[in-house]
Amino acid sequence: MNRLPFAAAVALAAGFAEAPTPAPAAPADTTLQVFAAASLTEAFGELGMRLERARPGLRVRFNFAGSQQLAAQIDQGARADLFAPADETWMVFLRRRGRLLGPAPVFAGNRMVAIVPAANRARIDSLQDLARPRVKLVLAAQTVPAGRYARKALLNLARAPGFAPDFGERALANLVSSEENVKAVVAKVQLGEADAGIVYRSDVTPALVRKLKVLEIPEAQNAVARYSIGVLKDAPSAHAARAFVDLLLSDEGQGVLERHGLLPLAALGRAPTSSR
Amino acid sequence: MKPPPQSRAALALRAGAVLAAAALLGILAVPVAGLVARVPPRDLVARLGDPAVLQALRLSLVTTACATAAIVALGLPVAYLLATRDFPGKRVIEVLVDLPMVLPPTVAGLALLLAFGRAGLAGRALEVLGLSLPFSTLGVVVAQVFMAAPFFVSPARAGLASVDARYLDAAATLRASEAFTFFRVMLPLALPSVLAGAAMSCARALGEFGATITFAGNMPGVTQTMPLAVYVALQSDLEAAVTLSVILLVFSFTLLLGLRLAPVGLFWRRADAARHAR
Repeated sequence: MNRLPFAAAVALAAGFAEAPTPAPAAPADTTLQVFAAASLTEAFGELGMRLERARPGLRVRFNFAGSQQLAAQIDQGARADLFAPADETWMVFLRRRGRLLGPAPVFAGNRMVAIVPAANRARIDSLQDLARPRVKLVLAAQTVPAGRYARKALLNLARAPGFAPDFGERALANLVSSEENVKAVVAKVQLGEADAGIVYRSDVTPALVRKLKVLEIPEAQNAVARYSIGVLKDAPSAHAARAFVDLLLSDEGQGVLERHGLLPLAALGRAPTSSR
Repeated sequence: MKPPPQSRAALALRAGAVLAAAALLGILAVPVAGLVARVPPRDLVARLGDPAVLQALRLSLVTTACATAAIVALGLPVAYLLATRDFPGKRVIEVLVDLPMVLPPTVAGLALLLAFGRAGLAGRALEVLGLSLPFSTLGVVVAQVFMAAPFFVSPARAGLASVDARYLDAAATLRASEAFTFFRVMLPLALPSVLAGAAMSCARALGEFGATITFAGNMPGVTQTMPLAVYVALQSDLEAAVTLSVILLVFSFTLLLGLRLAPVGLFWRRADAARHAR
């Protein structure tokens, strides 16, 4: 950043009449590279298409994975414009590493739900059944935001009326795999390999509604994911990146997020923040 | 003494070959050096004492040993069949055997889930027997066998096929049975290829990642082998991941080197013994 004034000074000293021109508003062929949490796959896919339609010549490319994996990739030098993790921990991590350009606003939230395969051979009809012996439970790994939120919700439930005090420990004893991202949890449950999993509500997409049975986690015990988005330092397409953030925060963007099962900012304000 | 013109061309060709070889060896060696240079030996030893690392290492060694044994036991008849018989559909079998080599491991893992998962084609039959492969150590072995078998069958088959037919004919004129001929004539002569194939498949099984995490999942002590432990560590602690990688590297290197040296010694000792007996 501090090279620009220097360049300007050099230009002036050399007697150039022209000041360094600012980057053109919308270069003909720009590619915006967005690294986003796996749980944003559907919503961001639609928002990307909308931005591409609004700005001819712009191509939006996504890398969807577990937030922790994306953070590691960026930390190890991956080229990207935007980072949108499901957990501000990973945003803070990259800020400490000096990889963020400006502020990283929260733009949406998400809640956790328990899912079981439609066939439901383990006959899991309530959240309490998750702690029954020999249930095969699959969660995202603890480093994955969805995995952290899921464990938090399980431990919260242990303190709720109608749940045994050791509910959390017994449910976690049923864990058979810690998956690399939340979509892998959905896949294992959808295939019927796992008896149950805990994922974001937005992961139960319309295509999956008939393949999965959803068990809601009460609001008081639920963990609320908070998605933030930040432009990365050395972003090759910082201008387009800001346009994407603007779209996200606009009424249009918030509407798209809500339609894909995410909590818009307005609803997030009402959600208990103590669950972080 | 002036070199004649042809020999100058030969010299240029030789220099080119040396450069090409150096380039490839560089591509292979520099990443290894990069990993090793980053880890002080003290950290390596300290990390080896970590129960979690030992657990992953032990699981890797046990599953790899089981997978290699299964591959040799099941793969040798396949290699023999392909080396000695012609039958309709042989080409299909050949492609089937090679397929895992070109299949992305994640696809292989998904295919294994759809086949041997609880709801899979063969999974229901397995469940009747009380076997459930996903999320189990046995599932890790199955994923390793699937991915590593071609690395054994191809060289073993080539080795068996290259045995001089005259020896087999000689054995047949002496009324040796097919089994006797295989074990006493063919296998000893093809042993270097068979052992090399076993070593390759063993190394491939040790490094298996994608099919394992997709099919068997990721659970410390049950399905989290060293490659999975490296991957998990990479997402939270780069230094730990590098150290684990070096440990895995040292094991793989020692394994491959050992398998390469030991069979030669074994082979020559047996040949010597046979000569002395005469």
